[in-house]
Amino acid sequence: MNATTKRLLLLLPTLIAFALGIFLYQGIGQDPNKMESSLIGQPLPNFNGQTLLSPSRTVTQVDMLGQAALINVWATWCPTCRAEHEFLVGIAKQDNVRIFGVNYHDQRTAAQQWLQELGNPYVFSVFDPKGVLGIDLGVVGAPETYLIDAKGVVIDKLIGELNERTWPPLRTKYLSLLEETN
Amino acid sequence: MFKSVLTSVLFCLASLASLGLPLAQADIKSYEFAEPEMAQRFVDLTTVLRCPKCQNQNLADSGSIIAQDLRKQVQTLINAGQTDRQITDFMVQRYGEFILYDPPFNKATLVLWLAPFGMVLIGLWALWFFGRKTHNQGAMLTPSEQQKLDQLLADNQTPSRD
Repeated sequence: MNATTKRLLLLLPTLIAFALGIFLYQGIGQDPNKMESSLIGQPLPNFNGQTLLSPSRTVTQVDMLGQAALINVWATWCPTCRAEHEFLVGIAKQDNVRIFGVNYHDQRTAAQQWLQELGNPYVFSVFDPKGVLGIDLGVVGAPETYLIDAKGVVIDKLIGELNERTWPPLRTKYLSLLEETN
Repeated sequence: MFKSVLTSVLFCLASLASLGLPLAQADIKSYEFAEPEMAQRFVDLTTVLRCPKCQNQNLADSGSIIAQDLRKQVQTLINAGQTDRQITDFMVQRYGEFILYDPPFNKATLVLWLAPFGMVLIGLWALWFFGRKTHNQGAMLTPSEQQKLDQLLADNQTPSRD
């Protein structure tokens, strides 16, 4: 072995450490809770539930079709839902975004009162006190927001708060879906 | 002194154990099954399925809402006569392969499964490589040096044979 190869070989640990450093650096700031949703690209699961506001009215996934929409999983016990509620009311009123609610593991009277006091951004909310629809949607916790197209195929999913920072990327996708159907 | 410390340590361990055990058993007993062997399958499944919310716990250990729901779901599916495979498929379909503590071998987990073997190969290569290097140096002795070395070794060995 000649001297040059030997010297290059000495660099090897440095190179390995450098590569490892780049790899680990990428992990910094990444949310370990963020994971791929297996529902993306899949149609909405079949369900049959009461609406929050009137127990006598039953709705299914078919009632959510026809136009791109958001499905927002919320509950009165969830502080982040409270934090994003005003934002949801805003985009529903000003931008005419179609939003369906899934009222998750909640009490009907408390949830009805919440909508009365804070405003109702939802076309309707499915009342899901036992989290049955939640399991079929792959809900991990509230709040979660799904973007679906006109045929009910799930396009994207946001875990956590919908706000000025997280809405724009979803909004772009939502608008292009609207254009497709028109 | 030492004995008393030992006794108190043992006492603490024993009380911890007595705290833990009945709780765990009560938890399993609150789920009813049509056949006794189903209860064992329930224990096994909730141990290998991961809680999607609190990622370092399995379904059996976690107290989060989603884990409670999924435990109930596992119970319902077992009682409905589904196989273990059908139940894990049900979970993977909704929560992704993430929910399995034992990840399957596929494109996404390729590095995870093969990296250890790669490490061993690199180690073997390094052993061979550096081993070869010292051997080369040994061969680089001049004939006179080699002779001196042989002499030294021979001198050293002679007394020990007496």
